[in-house]
Amino acid sequence: MGQHDLPEPNGLTGTREGPATAQRLGVAAESAAAETRVAVTPAVVRQLVELGYEVEVESGAGRRSSFSDDAYEQAGAKICSRDDCWQADVLLKVNPPSPAEVDALRPGTTLISLIGPAVNPELVASLARREVSVLAMDAVPRISRAQSMDVLSSMANIAGYRAVVEAAHTFGRFFAGQVTAAGKVPPAKVLVAGAGVAGLAAIGAAKSLGAIVRATDPRPEVAEQVRSMGGEFLAVAVEQQGGGDGYAKQTSADYDRRASELYAEQAAEVDIIITTALIPGRPAPRLLTAEHVAGMRSGSVIVDMGAAQGGNVEGTVPGELVVTDNGVSIIGYTDLPARLPAQASQLYATNVLNLMKLLTPGRDGRLTLDFDDVVQRSMTVARDGEVTWPPPPVQVSAAPAAAAPAPVAVPVKKPLSSGRAFAYVGLGAAALFGLTAFAPKEFVGNFTVFALAVVIGYYVVGKVHHALHTPLMSVTNAISGIIVVGALLQLGQGGNLAVTVLAAAAILLATVNIIGGFAVTRRMLGMFSKG
Amino acid sequence: MTAITAVQAAYIVAALLFVLSLAGLSKHETARSGVVYGICGMTVALAATIALATRDITAAGGALLVTAMLIGGGIGLWRARVVQMTGMPELIAILHSLVGLAAVLVGWNGYLEVAHAAPAGLTGSLLHIHHAEVFVGVFIGAVTFTGSIVAYLKLSARIASRPLMLPGRHVLNLGALVAFVALTVWFVIAPQLGLLIAVTVLALALGWHLVASIGGGDMPVVVSMLNSYSGWAAAASGFLLDNDLLIVTGALVGSSGAYLSYIMCQAMNRSFVSVIAGGFGTEQAAGADVDLGEHRETSAAEVATLLRDATSVIITPGYGMAVAQAQAPVAELTRLLRARGVQVRFGIHPVAGRLPGHMNVLLAEADVPYDIVLEMDEINDDFAGTSVVLVIGANDTVNPAAADPGSPIAGMPVLHVWEAEHVIVFKRSMAAGYAGVQNPLFFRDNTRMLFGDAKARVEDIVGALAPAVAAQREGGDARRVPVAAGR
Repeated sequence: MGQHDLPEPNGLTGTREGPATAQRLGVAAESAAAETRVAVTPAVVRQLVELGYEVEVESGAGRRSSFSDDAYEQAGAKICSRDDCWQADVLLKVNPPSPAEVDALRPGTTLISLIGPAVNPELVASLARREVSVLAMDAVPRISRAQSMDVLSSMANIAGYRAVVEAAHTFGRFFAGQVTAAGKVPPAKVLVAGAGVAGLAAIGAAKSLGAIVRATDPRPEVAEQVRSMGGEFLAVAVEQQGGGDGYAKQTSADYDRRASELYAEQAAEVDIIITTALIPGRPAPRLLTAEHVAGMRSGSVIVDMGAAQGGNVEGTVPGELVVTDNGVSIIGYTDLPARLPAQASQLYATNVLNLMKLLTPGRDGRLTLDFDDVVQRSMTVARDGEVTWPPPPVQVSAAPAAAAPAPVAVPVKKPLSSGRAFAYVGLGAAALFGLTAFAPKEFVGNFTVFALAVVIGYYVVGKVHHALHTPLMSVTNAISGIIVVGALLQLGQGGNLAVTVLAAAAILLATVNIIGGFAVTRRMLGMFSKG
Repeated sequence: MTAITAVQAAYIVAALLFVLSLAGLSKHETARSGVVYGICGMTVALAATIALATRDITAAGGALLVTAMLIGGGIGLWRARVVQMTGMPELIAILHSLVGLAAVLVGWNGYLEVAHAAPAGLTGSLLHIHHAEVFVGVFIGAVTFTGSIVAYLKLSARIASRPLMLPGRHVLNLGALVAFVALTVWFVIAPQLGLLIAVTVLALALGWHLVASIGGGDMPVVVSMLNSYSGWAAAASGFLLDNDLLIVTGALVGSSGAYLSYIMCQAMNRSFVSVIAGGFGTEQAAGADVDLGEHRETSAAEVATLLRDATSVIITPGYGMAVAQAQAPVAELTRLLRARGVQVRFGIHPVAGRLPGHMNVLLAEADVPYDIVLEMDEINDDFAGTSVVLVIGANDTVNPAAADPGSPIAGMPVLHVWEAEHVIVFKRSMAAGYAGVQNPLFFRDNTRMLFGDAKARVEDIVGALAPAVAAQREGGDARRVPVAAGR
């Protein structure tokens, strides 16, 4: 099981027969009035053609993202009418289809677009009734392997950047501090609530404009990422709060109370607040109350990136900029990525391309769905007339996906139980006793020295710094040349010629060791220097 | 105070100085004074011994002594001066072989002296023990000698580093040990020169076979094992000559080598016996044909861009860096990145290279400060917050398959490079590493392969990066892209 070829297109155009022919990929123009993006850019068209597909682009699809029909044609696509485009085997879109568009879909088609299956169950059901296979670009599991197709990440990145740009546009002052002939300008203070992808992008953008940036997040493990973007992490002092599937979870009451205190304190101090708190499939959590907003200075700006799902801020109007009585601007735009259409289209198209690579293992222009693959399974929300959402859960946080989570069944040697350890030591001691008790006195003396020296050696060497293991070896090399002492004494006793010759040879060899070992150790140690 | 007690006193002083010498090596700060202690100890021991030995020596004997020491010292100094740091494993191996050979010669002398004119007091069981000691000393010395020679030949690529797989090799090794015990018993009962020759030949053959059947990647263990053997050989000579200084020093060296072997084996999650039994990395790994997907290539220019935007970088070198002699450009890259304010660190796996601590020496030679060169355990938790990891000539030591119970390297502690945001693997081709295990790291989405000679590739990156760094010093920083977004 697993491999599942999509139904053959039923010879709709009459030009395609045998199984080897390429499938047609249609790129639809977006119908939503505010949508400026397009699912595929000319650069990606070229690579889709390399994957073996015939690409057809609806006329004017890229116009609002500054991609002309000519550019698509030069990249190898065919420009076609809306009706032709919607007959494609695979239809690529950005927004979820409208009810009218669902009816325009040809049964058997594969639709790839944003769907929002958690909030749009009726849409999914209607698509299933239409016998359309649907892959939701916003249902990519949060595992490392799938990161290259994660539209939510790439759009959130853009939105975070744009939120800062919108805030700067509305804010009546500089972001960066300056000392000018006309006086000193303090830097703007920005608070970013939520350090997910959007929050981090916002931190980076605000920091690069020169602002002082702070950030909060219920997950303490993101503190390092905040700092890496140049922000200061404000921790809420409660024990919390893992995101096992990579997303933030709802917070506890105790946490909310303390966070509220923190926001009240920060609201009075900062100039700009950007809220990015979203929990998948739920209304956006309320972070800032009317009192918090009332506590801000006149001229301050709030960008509520949760506006589309009810807003993180009391008083947000989705899609609008409102100004409160005390002069605080609250920006509730819900189309932040679409305000950077060329950039958003480029990243979306690359996400789509990476998905198409995954779905086209043969590079033969034929889309193949493999339900054993967790990424493909998670993204597929409808197939063969059935709703296949929600998928079975994928539980992978920071742990890698391909390699089994680390601590599984790695064979670990059990430490000896103390009883067995005693037994071994006892046996060893008895054997040693037996050996030495019957040996002559001179031998016992030597053996005592030997045993103690072994123990000392073990402890002294155990403390040697790992970086000095090579010098350690060359020093022990040098001092093991001490065998020269034996050869010297044998030479000194004279007499037998053979003994003298062998002793002289041994002296020569051991001296090479002594001098060479010490010299090379000194040379090596001379190289180690501290930064 | 007689001459004998004076020499004994000198020996105690020397032995303590040797202990201090090894203790000094525990830290970078005290390492150099440690070597000075060692040299002092050796000087004291030699001065005392020479004074004792030359009391009634002939002029010819004295001349021979001085000549031998001058020639030996000259050779040692010359080799120490000219050796390349990449050639350290070979030098260490050859030095081991010299100690082994010296121990054989001393052992032979021990027998010849007694056979010539048995000293007074060496009778009965003492004489028997003396004979056994001769055999033990010669045996260990000879194994060390040929073992080190083979290790040297393998390390310097004069013979193939793949393991020699004789049929029934375990039986051969065990048989040699049994034969050694039998010969010892015979020799103790009826000492004769023929038996001594026989045991010497046997031990030479065993040493050769032992190391020949161990592959190149296990050389860190082999070299430290031979280090240990050379110590035991010296200790055995000490028993033979009733010389406590030799016993103490030999035991220090022997336990030092044994400890290093133990660390290396831990780092591969293999038992000492399995390493010594040899033959690792030759069997085809089960499930090696699993489809891991496709690897993705990158270019030096792309890597330079990635590094320019990085906040922290970890470099994990392996033997391949030494082979390509890439340490100097790597050090230059480190300097450039640090000048940009990028945090650069090195992560060293205990068995990286062909000698314990080999990578540290190579990086030190290239002027990389030692406080940014960290051990596996010190750095393994930091990969998750790292922008870019450069894997230069390492393979098995960064293999995530170690977490897979079915893998031949299961349970081996490895550097968790894959937790970083981007991993760049410098490699000559897609061939498997020493363990013969395919590396899933190469097929991960955050991994890019940079094929070619490591030195040339790193130089390309330095070339692409240098103008940007110079520009940054003049003007402001070109803004960093938020590459760290998410997760």
